[in-house]
Amino acid sequence: MGKLELVQSLKTDSGRIWNVSWHPKGTALASCGEDKSIRIWTKDLRGKWINKVVLTDGHKRTIRQIAWSPSGNYLASASFDATTCIWDKKCGEFECNATLEGHDNEVKSVAWSSSGLFLATCSRDKSVWVWEVNDEDEYDCTSVINSHTQDVKKVVFHPSDNFLASCSYDDTIKLYKDEPSEFEWICYETLKGHTSTVWSISYDSTGTRLASCSDDCTVKIWKEYPTGFPPGNGGPTWKCICTLDGYHDRTIYDISWCHSTGLIATACGDDCIRVFKEDAGSDSDAPTFSMVTKEKGHNQDVNCVTWNPEVPGLLASCSDDGDIKLWEFKK
Amino acid sequence: MFNFLKKKSTENEEQKQTIITPYSAADITELKDTIYDVIRTIKDPEKPNTLEQLEVVYEDGIMVSQPRTSEFFVVRIEFNPTIPHCSLATLIGLCIRIKVERNIPNRIKLDIFIKKGAHATEEEINKQINDKERIAAAMENPNLKEMVENCIMEEDC
Repeated sequence: MGKLELVQSLKTDSGRIWNVSWHPKGTALASCGEDKSIRIWTKDLRGKWINKVVLTDGHKRTIRQIAWSPSGNYLASASFDATTCIWDKKCGEFECNATLEGHDNEVKSVAWSSSGLFLATCSRDKSVWVWEVNDEDEYDCTSVINSHTQDVKKVVFHPSDNFLASCSYDDTIKLYKDEPSEFEWICYETLKGHTSTVWSISYDSTGTRLASCSDDCTVKIWKEYPTGFPPGNGGPTWKCICTLDGYHDRTIYDISWCHSTGLIATACGDDCIRVFKEDAGSDSDAPTFSMVTKEKGHNQDVNCVTWNPEVPGLLASCSDDGDIKLWEFKK
Repeated sequence: MFNFLKKKSTENEEQKQTIITPYSAADITELKDTIYDVIRTIKDPEKPNTLEQLEVVYEDGIMVSQPRTSEFFVVRIEFNPTIPHCSLATLIGLCIRIKVERNIPNRIKLDIFIKKGAHATEEEINKQINDKERIAAAMENPNLKEMVENCIMEEDC
C-alpha cells in the first residue's frame, strides 16, 4: 500500500475547476474552469505554490481544458464558447495571440503533439480537428475527422509519434494517424468495450498502451499488437488486456498514467483519488493492477488528476469544490 | 431543517479537517422530504401546472441511500413524463437537477432517471441529464437557461 500526502491546497473562489495542466518542465501549473479564466501557479521563494497570473479575456464561456505546448512557450485553452485560444509570452506577459474557430459548439479538449507541430481539438459537434502549427503563429486546419457518433470528450497525442487518440460519449475510443500521402489524419482503429461515456484516456510512456476511464465506473487498459492479434495476423490492432472493475463507485472523470513511475491515478465522481500499480511480474498480455491507495481528495467530484512530468509522485487534482490540490505519492 | 448537512470542522493552520456526523434513518426521511419540497413546485415548461399537479414527480420517486464508506448521500430521482414522446423530457430533467443542486448544499450525488418504460428514448435522455459537462454547457446557453429559470422560479417569494 501507499498513500497520498497533501502537499498543498490551492483555494480558489472561482467555482468548478475543470482541469489542471503541468508545464512540461513541471515548474508551473495552469488551471481553468467555469469562471472563464486561466490561473498560473508557480512556487515562491519559500517553496509555496502561489497564483501569480490570471488570464481573463480570452473566452466568453467555461474553459474546459488547457494544455502547454511541449516547449512550454504556448498555452492552449478549449472553451464552451466554441473557440480555442493560443496564449504566448512574446510580449513578456501571456496574451491570447490566436483564436481558432471552426467547431459548431463547445470545444471540450485540446492537445499538442510531442513535436509541437500539431494541435488537436474536439467538440460536442462530434468532430476532431487537427491543426498544423506554422512558424508565424498560424494554425491551419489540416483535417476534420467525423468518426465519432456523439460528443468527443477528450483528445490525447501519442507521447512520441504522430498518433492521436480520442474518446467519446458514444462509448468508444478512436485512434488516428497522420497519412502523409493523403495530407490528412485518418481514423485507423476503434476501441469498443466500455458501456457508457469514455471521459478520458492516457497513454503510457511508450505509447503502446492506453488507459481509459468511463461513466461505466471501470478503467480499461488497451495494448497495441503491431502485427495483429494473435501476433502475426496482419496489421496493427489494439486489444483490451485488463479491466479494473469494482473499485470506483461513480463516474470516473479522468485518468493519468505517470511516464516515470508507471502509476495510474484516477479522478472520480465519488470525491476520491485512487492510485493503481501494475503487479510485478504480471503477464504483459493480461496484466494485473492493484489499487495502492484511495484518498478522499475533495469535497465534491474530482474532475482531473495529472502527474507532474518531472517530479515523480507529485500529483495535481482539481474539483467541483473549487480547490486544486497537490499530492505526493508515498510508498 | 438542514441539520443533517451540518459538519463540525476543526481548523489546523494548514489544512481543514472535516468530521462528519453520522446520519440516521430520520435524517434520510428528512432529506427526502426536503428534496420533494424543492421539486414539486417546478412548473411544467408548457402547461400552467406544477410537476406535482401533473404527477410528473411524486414522493415515491425519490430514493436516498448512503454508500457505507462515503460521506455523501446518493439521491435518485425518478420522473414520469406525461406522454412517451414528450419532447420536453430533457428540459424537465434539467430543471429538476438545477433546482435540487441549488437548494440542497453539497454532500449529495444526484442521479435523475425517467420512469422505466415511460419514454420512447429514455436511455438517451437519462444519459444526457446525468452528464454534468452537458448540463454545465446547457446552462451557459442563454435560451435554455431562461427556460429553466422560468420553470424553477418560486412564485411565492
